[in-house]
This record gives sequence, structure tokens and C-alpha cells, in this order.
Amino acid sequence: MPYRAPLAGWGRYPVRECTVWQPITTQALHETLMPLPSVIARGNGRSYGDASMNVDATIDMRRLDRLITFDEATGVLVCEAGVLLSDLVASLVPRGWFPPVTPGTRMVTIGGMIASDVHGKNHHAAGSFCDHVDWFDLDLGDGRVMRCSPSENADLFAATCGGMGLTGIIVRVSFRMLKIETAFVRQRTIRVPDLDEALALFEQSHGSTYSVAWIDCMATGKSLGRSAILLGEHAKLTDLDPARLAAPLVRRSRKPKTIPIDFPNFALSGFNVRMFNHLYYAMQRPGDAVVDVDPYFYPLDAIFEWNRIYGRQGFLQYQSVLPLAESAKGMRRLLEAISAAGAGSFLAVLKRMGPGSFGMLSFPMEGYTLALDFPATSDNFALLERLDAITADHGGRVYLTKDARVSPERFAAGYPRLDEFRNLRAQYGLDRRFSSLLSQRLGL
Amino acid sequence: MLASPVLILGARSDIGRALAKAYAAKGCEVILAARGDISADATDLALRTEAKVRSVSVDITDGAADAFFDSLGVVPGTVVMVAGLLGDQAESAANDETAARVMDSNYNGPARYLLAAARRMANVPDACIIGISSVAGDRGRASNFIYGSAKAGFTAFLSGLRNAHAKTGLHVMTVKPGFVRTQMTAGMKLSPVMTAEPEQVADAIIKAQDKKSDVIYTLGRWRLVMTIIRAIPEPIFKKLSL
Repeated sequence: MPYRAPLAGWGRYPVRECTVWQPITTQALHETLMPLPSVIARGNGRSYGDASMNVDATIDMRRLDRLITFDEATGVLVCEAGVLLSDLVASLVPRGWFPPVTPGTRMVTIGGMIASDVHGKNHHAAGSFCDHVDWFDLDLGDGRVMRCSPSENADLFAATCGGMGLTGIIVRVSFRMLKIETAFVRQRTIRVPDLDEALALFEQSHGSTYSVAWIDCMATGKSLGRSAILLGEHAKLTDLDPARLAAPLVRRSRKPKTIPIDFPNFALSGFNVRMFNHLYYAMQRPGDAVVDVDPYFYPLDAIFEWNRIYGRQGFLQYQSVLPLAESAKGMRRLLEAISAAGAGSFLAVLKRMGPGSFGMLSFPMEGYTLALDFPATSDNFALLERLDAITADHGGRVYLTKDARVSPERFAAGYPRLDEFRNLRAQYGLDRRFSSLLSQRLGL
Repeated sequence: MLASPVLILGARSDIGRALAKAYAAKGCEVILAARGDISADATDLALRTEAKVRSVSVDITDGAADAFFDSLGVVPGTVVMVAGLLGDQAESAANDETAARVMDSNYNGPARYLLAAARRMANVPDACIIGISSVAGDRGRASNFIYGSAKAGFTAFLSGLRNAHAKTGLHVMTVKPGFVRTQMTAGMKLSPVMTAEPEQVADAIIKAQDKKSDVIYTLGRWRLVMTIIRAIPEPIFKKLSL
């Protein structure tokens, strides 16, 4: 039976009362969908804005979380779409397998990872998550369940990878896990004094499996874009000291810390944020270290409900990508606009992306992406519109998974295959049935 | 000691699923029992934990408890009765059949299945029977007394079974979880302070089984709240809307 509940994305803006269904089998899901005129699937609610909400019918997928088969020889996993990445990490890391691509949190579902075509710190070399998907079954809501792969129903496959749940509901997925020898990462930390050096270092680091930069978004002038760049490789057995070698695949458990209250607004003053960025930069000790997979890949998962740090009003995350040729110029302008507004976020992330994906609405493109958070204040809505303009000037695009406010025009300018996506939705009769606050806002 | 195999009756419920995962993670062999086919859940659990898991179909209101246990082919070391049905108080008050279903699912069925289990488990080392009852059974209230009275009966049953087996070595534990974030409570406005996650309930149960606790409130504050509610004199209590 459905129930009514206030829902929001991870940014806690916007919040809307929605009717929620939680089927417990794929068959129950199939039967639930048939009579519903308009639905959207929701995984673990970690997209930041309004992508996983439909006021009339939101399908909570988290009970469809069964592993179906796992081939220990090849790493091919078949599972239901509501499986949490954190459960896979918990079950399969001790057996020597890691997700081929992982976003900055493990609190996401596999279905959500496909709908967002998520990328990780290895995008420059490994592509996005959907590059590692062999096939999935897509429930079109009208009785049809379609097996989709690069060779079978390839048009639906390309539309669904990064398609924000607007082409049907992913029920079952097959993808390839990555073999690892240890649950550790060989990390190299390099501090760079400004943006140009950060970009230069990324260009020299294509051989690294993982690379990402924490950027001090409050630095100005000569220090604009100063960063700590973290390179990483899965540690081999030969990289471990004897103590760790005794249990190379064991993740050390840490009790997550909790943000117990919504932070009051004064905690977000420019001074505090500037100090945090300054300290964080200073804390990144240059050099090499062998660290656990969890703090390397999921530093924020160690702080339960960290989204409360931005207070009751919620926050906006901004992530855009600029094509390679425009990156140096465009990133400088983005950072200048942010530091001039004095509205920087606690953590800002810069990353070199590899070539774009086959997904019609997939976010990645070859170039640089910048991601940061802002409290959802009216000043910041205005700032983000200025950032949209800079992104558009340089031929970039915004990431829908992070978005709660971009205009339909700015969005469309960044996605040249939008018409193809719309036509496919119409052709399969999906355009009225699958709809979210995001698709309604953007006229998708 | 957690005695294997662990039979979970009502394995499709959120608490049942959390318990199955927690027992499997501790290395126990697990038997999932629920209405219909839950073999997919057994496959899932075996893949996640590499524990030995199988599934059986059961309807605890079928009156065939002995046949069920005979067909298992093994005497469980631990039996957890999670099955139950909240129902809708207004509907149950208006309709005899609906009320009977709530009573059967929360008292008759569970009690008869656990009696059949106890007949077989008295001499099994470290054997343990765990009944998930409810704080709703601590005092009848207008808002849910059909469910609550069946749970009150179940609580009394567990207490008596524990007493009867005090000397056989079969331990009987009563669990009163309070509010739990499950399908049963989806959409209800619950106080976060008084509401547990199914995983918390499962962990508390396994810890208590290890310590051979008799009666646990999985969130300790519920013990205080229910002590107060039980202490209110009836002439006042009957006028309250709780």
C-alpha cells in the first residue's frame, strides 16, 4: 500500500509531500506500475535535488535489493536495482572485488548509479559506471520489460544510462566488478599553489588509476585554485606492511560520526568556511601513504547525515564540466565568481574527466569538472545562475544529479542529444508515464 | 552462544530480513520461512555472507505446526517468531473476520508454532526461542487493542513457556521493539527518539540472546514509557486518548 511522506534529495531542497510505493518483489513492482499514470523511481535518495521525486507516485526501490548471481571467476554480478553499493562493498571487498566505478558516497543504489551514469576518481581512464554494465532489464510500466544492452535495444540502453529514471524502471542489472588484492589504496598527496599547476599536474597524471583534487574555493588572487591533488592506486600485496598483510582484504570498521542537529546559519559564515578551507588545505600532508579504501573513496560517509551541516534550509550542489580546450579559462572564471561572492563551500572538488559516454544525457565530457556546495539562500541562487552563464559560455554542462534549479534553456544548451532523448521517450510512450519534479521543471 | 540453525518465521518482514542478515553474518546457518516463495532472499543472503541459507514456505495460521517442523528435517537451535499483523483497528472493530485474522496472526498462530518448536528443542544445547511481541501488549488502548490484546496474550504465553522450561535448558526470550521503521509503520509520523531501525532491533536481539536475557525492550527508553503508562489508574486511563 502507498503512503504519503515528505521527500527531498540529499541537499534537502526542495521538500515535497509525495505518495510513495515500496514494492518488495520485481513482480509486485510490475503490477504496481501498470495502473499508475505518472511515476519515478527513487533509490537511496542521494541525488541532491529533485530528480527522485514524483508527487503522485514515487517508487522506493530499496526493497528490491537482492543479489542474484555472482561469478567469482569473472566478477560478473547480477542483482536487483535497489542493491546498495555499501552492501556490495561490505560483502565483496573481503572476497577481493571492488566496484569498477564508484561515486564519492557508497550510500547509493545500483539503479541510481545507472540513472545518473555516475563517475568516480578513475573517470579519465575507466569511464563512467555504465561502461561496465553488460545489460539491465527495464520495466516500461505498460507490461513490457525490456532486456537492454549495447547490442539489444541499444537505443533504450543509451537513453537509460544517465537518463535520470525517465525511460522506465531498471529492475535487474548485470555488471563487472574489479579484482583487487587488498582493501588498501596507495595514495600520493601533492599540494599545488594555483589553478594552472593543478591542471598541469592532472595532465601529467593520466597514468594514475585514481585522481582528484580538493580545491580551496575561497583562495583568491595568486592563490586562486590552490589544491591538494590526491592520486591513488589499489595497493598490491607487496605494498603492505606485515601487520596489514596478515588481513589484506579486511576493512577496518569505524563508527560513523553523526551531525546531530541542523547547523545554525552563523556556522556558515564566510569566516568559518574560509578557515575550514585553509585548514583543510594545510592538513593535506604531501607525500605517499597506504590508506584504507573507505577514507580514500568515501571520506564523507564517515559523517552520518553530513547534509545537516548546511542547516534547515538545505543546500545546493553545483557541478559542471567544461570541455578540455576551455577548461583553464572557464575554471578560472568559475572560481573567481565563487570567491568574489564569498560563498564558498566546505569542500570543493576538481577532476579531470576522460572522453564522454554513449549515454544520451550522460554528464561526463572530456575536460574538467568542478563540484561544490552552497546553502540554499537567495544570494546563492543568483550566484549559481552566474555560474550557469560561465559554464554555457565555455561550452560546458551541469550535472542533473546534483541539480535543483537550473533553467530549461541553460540545461538544454549543454546536452546536444536532448532531442534524440525526447524522441525516444515519445516513441516508446514513456514521456507521460515517467516523470519527476526535475523532468517537469526542465520540460524533459 | 547462538545455536544453529536459526529458523526465522516471518522472514519477509523488515525485522526478519535484518535478523537473517545479522545471524548469517555471525556465521549461523539460517532457514528463512515465510508465506509463498522466498528462495530469492535465501540466494541473496548466501551470496552476501557465504553462510548456509535455505528457504521454506510456511503459513503460521494453518494449524499444521507439527507437520511443518517434521518436514524441516532438522531441529533448529534457535527459532525466532517475527510473524505478525498490525491490521487496522477500525476495520478489525467493524469486521469479525478481520479481527480474527489479527488474533490468529499475533497469538494463535505464533503460540501454536512455538509450542511445536518447544516440544522438539527442550534437549538441544543452547536452544533458544525468541518471540517478537509488542509494547502494544503492555496495556490495551483504544487505538490498537485488538492487535495489542493478541500481543498481550503472546507476551503471557512467552512468559509461561520460559517458566515451564526454566529447568530444561531451552531459553525463551520476549522482545518488545517499540516503534521500528518498517513497512508496518511506513508513512506514520513516529518520534525519531522512540523509533529503531530494523538493524538495531536485530543487533539488540542477538546480543540479548547471547546474554540469555528474558525480556528486552530493544530501545531501553520504552521500558520507562510503558512503566508509566501501566501505572496510570484505570479511571484516568480510560479517558485519555493515547
